[in-house]
Amino acid sequence: MVEGRGWVRPFFQLWLPLAVALIFTLFPFYWMAITSLKPNSELYNPKVMPLIVHNPTMKHYIDLLTETDFLTWTYNTMLVAVISTAISLVFGIMLAYPLARMRFPGAALIAFAVAATYLVPQPLLFIPMADIINSLHLGDTLSAVILTYPTLLVPFCAWLLMGYFKTVPKDLEEAARIDGATRLQTMVKIILPLCTPGFISAGIFAFTLAQNEFLYALIFLTNSDVRTVPVGAISELVRGDVFYWGQLMAAALLGSIPVAIIYSFFVEHYVSGLTAGAVKQ
Amino acid sequence: MSASTLPVPPRTASGNRTLGRSRFREWTEKEAVFSWLMIGPPILFLCAMVGYPFLYGCYLSLMHRPVATTGEFIGLGNYIANWNDPVFWRVARNTIVYTLVTTFLKAVGGLGLALVMNQSFPMKNFVRAALLLPFIVPTVLSTIAWMWILDPTFSVLNWLLIAAGVPAPGPSWLGNPVLAMCSLIVINTWRGLPFYAITLLAGLQTISPELHEAATTDGATTWHRFRYITLPLLQPVLFIVTMFSIIFTFSDFQLVYVLTHGGPANATHLFATYAFDIAMSAGQFGLGASVALSMLPPLALIIVALAIYMRKR
Repeated sequence: MVEGRGWVRPFFQLWLPLAVALIFTLFPFYWMAITSLKPNSELYNPKVMPLIVHNPTMKHYIDLLTETDFLTWTYNTMLVAVISTAISLVFGIMLAYPLARMRFPGAALIAFAVAATYLVPQPLLFIPMADIINSLHLGDTLSAVILTYPTLLVPFCAWLLMGYFKTVPKDLEEAARIDGATRLQTMVKIILPLCTPGFISAGIFAFTLAQNEFLYALIFLTNSDVRTVPVGAISELVRGDVFYWGQLMAAALLGSIPVAIIYSFFVEHYVSGLTAGAVKQ
Repeated sequence: MSASTLPVPPRTASGNRTLGRSRFREWTEKEAVFSWLMIGPPILFLCAMVGYPFLYGCYLSLMHRPVATTGEFIGLGNYIANWNDPVFWRVARNTIVYTLVTTFLKAVGGLGLALVMNQSFPMKNFVRAALLLPFIVPTVLSTIAWMWILDPTFSVLNWLLIAAGVPAPGPSWLGNPVLAMCSLIVINTWRGLPFYAITLLAGLQTISPELHEAATTDGATTWHRFRYITLPLLQPVLFIVTMFSIIFTFSDFQLVYVLTHGGPANATHLFATYAFDIAMSAGQFGLGASVALSMLPPLALIIVALAIYMRKR
């Protein structure tokens, strides 16, 4: 019995639940990967055992890259994500720095407003936003999403960065000020460099949120050459009732890879961002 | 590192600065002035791109405004129409069920997974990274994979069930109203659970092991330690995570739009997808805005409570 307990306890308390969680978590990705490699004859034959690939083929990838605008969508997604992340970081810093380190009239109200804005979900705003974008004649331009994504990202970045800015001791700032630095110099040359991990966290997070965004891209972008990957995949690889499953899976996998790579390099930053701000989905 | 070694340009770099300019600088050096100059541009941006659309949305919801017309003011007409619309109430019920069930599953599952992950085992960081994948991969793309897993004809799930003896063709996961809602709930849980687990794990790691050791010495059982040490100390994190999850599940759009489009027969429409259908597909901007804004009262309560709570922390 004593020997039995030696493996029974860790098995039920650790390995079994962990294995169940991992299978549940990773199965859809496995499914994505093998579906994208199956020839159509295998995909649409219910008699073939579906859990493995019998005759792997790259056809779906080749078709995706040559017959659709997938590369354009990828380029658009990247461009939009990078620019809106950059804008959001700059605005986020400008908001968070005074809120975290200065006293000024209205600070409490602004901090509340930023927190509230951060929590306002997008579906509350998309209808008026569509009307506004239309009346600005920005429909079907990447500017439409570059302009609107920061509304989701700025409050988030500001919130996350406030936490980082608060951790830098006030003495450093005072010392710099005594040495004659202006407030701007103190901020740019003393405090900001110390908060680089915060910028990486906020940046990674904002970037993945921008890649994940769907609603605004769906409404504003109807031309294939301005679409992002999620919108392109869902509207052009599904024609009427016909689903191009192989290509859809190839697109889903390729579309996930950039985020996954960046994420794998910065897991720690991502997790600290996730846990610091408690986060928007 | 002493501050004096840092490269700070001297304050009086040039002696011939004009009086006006130094006055201006003195002014911008005031804490309040500097702060407002700094936050001004982002605040203006947020007012223009969040505040204005919000108010404009409220105004739109009071209009009868088919697409490409200027519309007419009809007061609360849209809200009254919603009140008398059985589909609207169906949508409200769907949204509430969807939110409550997924939030419960994610909270319980996430807490369980966090407790499991809080033990030491090899490749822990790798496992943690793998478990977070559903949360970082763009939702639409992972939902496409789920759609194929639940496909009416070629579902791998049904293949497994049939292999296990269930009569063919197996359940129609997205065609049956109840099963379609269950599928959405499972997939939303799949996507959201890692967020709970990893955040709660970070919360667990801040609890000092000494507390548990002391309690064990005093004869506390595992359950007692969980109930009287872990749970109370985890409560703030659990609260924030749950509130977040409620807000963003209540207003979920992507998953439903891609997987079921609200069907079959409105059985899975949520406020966001229903508002989208009315405004974008049927072109009724005013009515759509009123459906979207119907989310506001319950959300506002949570948002204000949480914003106050977060600011206090």
